Amino acid sequence: MADIRPSAAIEAVESGLAAQGYIASRQIATAVYLAQQIDKPILVEGPAGVGKTELAKAIAAWRGLKMIRLQCYEGLDEAKALYEWKYAKQLLYTQILKDKLGEVLGGAPTLEAALSQLHDFGDVFFSKEFVEPRPLLQSLEQPAGCVLLIDEIDKSDAEFESLLLEILSDFQVTIPELGTIVAVAPPTVILTSNSERDLGDALKRRCLHLHIGFPEQRLEERIVESRVPGISQTLRKQMVGFIHEVRTLDLKKLPSVSETIDWARVLVLLQASELGHEVVKDTLNVLLKYEADIEATMPQVSSFIAKATRQNVFG
Amino acid sequence: MRENLHRFFRAARGAGVRLSPAESIDAMRAVAKVGFADRTILRDTFLLTLAKTQDEKAALGDCFDLFFDQPEPQSPPEDGRADQKDQPGSDPSSDDAGDEPAEGLGQLAQMLLGQDRNEISAAIANAANAASLSDIRYFTQRGIFSGRILDQMGIQRLRDDLDDLAASNPALAERLTHALDGLRGTVRDTVSQALTLYGREESENLRNEILRNAPLSRIEPRQVEQMRRLIRQIARRLRERYSKPRKRQRRGHLDVRRTIRRNAAWGGVPFLTAWKRRHRDRPKIVAICDVSGSVARVSDFFLLLIHSLHEVVDDVRSFAFSGHLIEVSDILESKSPEAAMAEIMSKVGFGSSDYGNSFVDFERGWMSAITPQTTVIVLGDARSNNLDPRADILRRIAERSKRLVWLNPEGRMAWGWGDSEMPRYSTFCSVVRQCATARQLERAVSDIVASYQ
Repeated sequence: MADIRPSAAIEAVESGLAAQGYIASRQIATAVYLAQQIDKPILVEGPAGVGKTELAKAIAAWRGLKMIRLQCYEGLDEAKALYEWKYAKQLLYTQILKDKLGEVLGGAPTLEAALSQLHDFGDVFFSKEFVEPRPLLQSLEQPAGCVLLIDEIDKSDAEFESLLLEILSDFQVTIPELGTIVAVAPPTVILTSNSERDLGDALKRRCLHLHIGFPEQRLEERIVESRVPGISQTLRKQMVGFIHEVRTLDLKKLPSVSETIDWARVLVLLQASELGHEVVKDTLNVLLKYEADIEATMPQVSSFIAKATRQNVFG
Repeated sequence: MRENLHRFFRAARGAGVRLSPAESIDAMRAVAKVGFADRTILRDTFLLTLAKTQDEKAALGDCFDLFFDQPEPQSPPEDGRADQKDQPGSDPSSDDAGDEPAEGLGQLAQMLLGQDRNEISAAIANAANAASLSDIRYFTQRGIFSGRILDQMGIQRLRDDLDDLAASNPALAERLTHALDGLRGTVRDTVSQALTLYGREESENLRNEILRNAPLSRIEPRQVEQMRRLIRQIARRLRERYSKPRKRQRRGHLDVRRTIRRNAAWGGVPFLTAWKRRHRDRPKIVAICDVSGSVARVSDFFLLLIHSLHEVVDDVRSFAFSGHLIEVSDILESKSPEAAMAEIMSKVGFGSSDYGNSFVDFERGWMSAITPQTTVIVLGDARSNNLDPRADILRRIAERSKRLVWLNPEGRMAWGWGDSEMPRYSTFCSVVRQCATARQLERAVSDIVASYQ
């Protein structure tokens, strides 16, 4: 029985994500299933625009959890990612409580007695009320669990990676004044990276490593179908075929899934029924983001359209 | 099954995937969840938990297919059978013979005559386990392991049987000999497969070690591709070592200006201190390479190495010469190594080298490329065919630059003999070293980059 369940469960993940408009390949679904089963973060790598961030959103929507997003950038530090003391509030409170403090300490005959009395209060001003939780701490405090998306981890510094290690392996953080805070319910953690720099081995070791590349033609057609329902079947097949041809070129930035979807929307808006030479030429700037790329593709447009149409007839 | 998983992990390490014990534990936990029922899920699971880069995923995928696909080695026994069928008319008689005198024979002989493939494969697998075949590391060990497996299967007894049969029943003996040849083939295949599974990395290391110490100018064409791969590895190692962030420890002098500015919020009371940091330059390199005759190949690899060091080196300009000199930086940046080298050779290669003339070209066109931060590397054998060496230009280059390094593919013994101008040139160089193998190349470049740290 244990043998039948996993494949069924993986299919359940696949259909669950599909219901949120995210068409996942088998490998992605397996990764999501495993992450749930063995409580491990997923590190997603791949070119821009293949739906790495979307995956986290889809998981959150599917499981009805809150999504907390931490966008990484150069110079991101503890104070912005983990927690910060509310200085202003601490200052304000000390001012307001000045009289009270004077009252309490007034009875003390000597300075030492006053000091020891002050010690008895404990660290009033360094308690949880004065902590401003940032995304990482927030994610640990969600009673129902959540999806924590750490986006573009490769943009952050190497030091920040080390900061993440404690959270990723044990789902806890240590704040010197408060002690260790353990997650109420372990969050589902998704890290994304565009491979701009190599991540440390320590970080990689703690994660499931998922690489999302450009999807196969069939899968991409299904993605377009779910995202842009208004598009006709012939046009869908033609445009996806065309994009797959474009991806064989040596371009600065290859069009990815998000560009495919944008292009499909544009074609629907222009009420194109078929992939024509003129339409493609006019809308190529939706697909390609560099002047040089557009110039390189322009002469090939006709042959690509012909190929895509032919594929459509036979396949 | 756990035993099998451990064997698979070992095979994965052999394939060059770095597995830590923690990762194998994760994989075990994951496998416990997904089970073995579905092959594709199992494969995906391993790819997710064990492999951490694209390359590793590819390697691990191949390894998985090889490991779990281990085709039961059947073809050689089939060959044995085919051989028999080839003998016309002997079939029925030998079949009868196989059944009758089997009692007196050893287990292995009976098994071979029985031609039960499953039984034979199982016996080979058992013997392979007993001979700990998964410990195989080098291709030189193939013979030892084959021998051990055959011993385990009882080849000694089989030989005795063969000797006995040769006298009493020659037909059966011949059949048994055929079957034994088939068995030998099967065992050899099993061992080769184990070697590709478990020993790939070690074999590669051994081969690389040999390649590193081989003279670059004399490697064979089929090794060129391997050598390029090796050079890329070296480049990666150098990058990792030297592209670390350039922050220095907080020491040295207080940076008064920055400290005051930073503490303005506290009325200038210095809570936070700022320290002066020593600024470190990234290397700037001008490489001048001889591409004539035997030096060409060394220059080829040297240029490949230098141009793979983007993260470490700020600025590289390369020049190639034999009779005259041209700048080749753009060619190397824009083309694949093979195409770039072909173009360079067609432009300046195949001439007899003229160091004097080439230095004149350099001084006229690109002397301004050399700044006091530049390291100039000249790669060549300094054999100028008795033409004017123009060592005075080299002196001016040395004066303008931070360092002048001369790399010579020839051994020290040959310097100064024949038309070599090395002694005259070497007076102006900060460092002169021999550079004939990949190892020496790595040392040379490593030292140059390290001098900037």
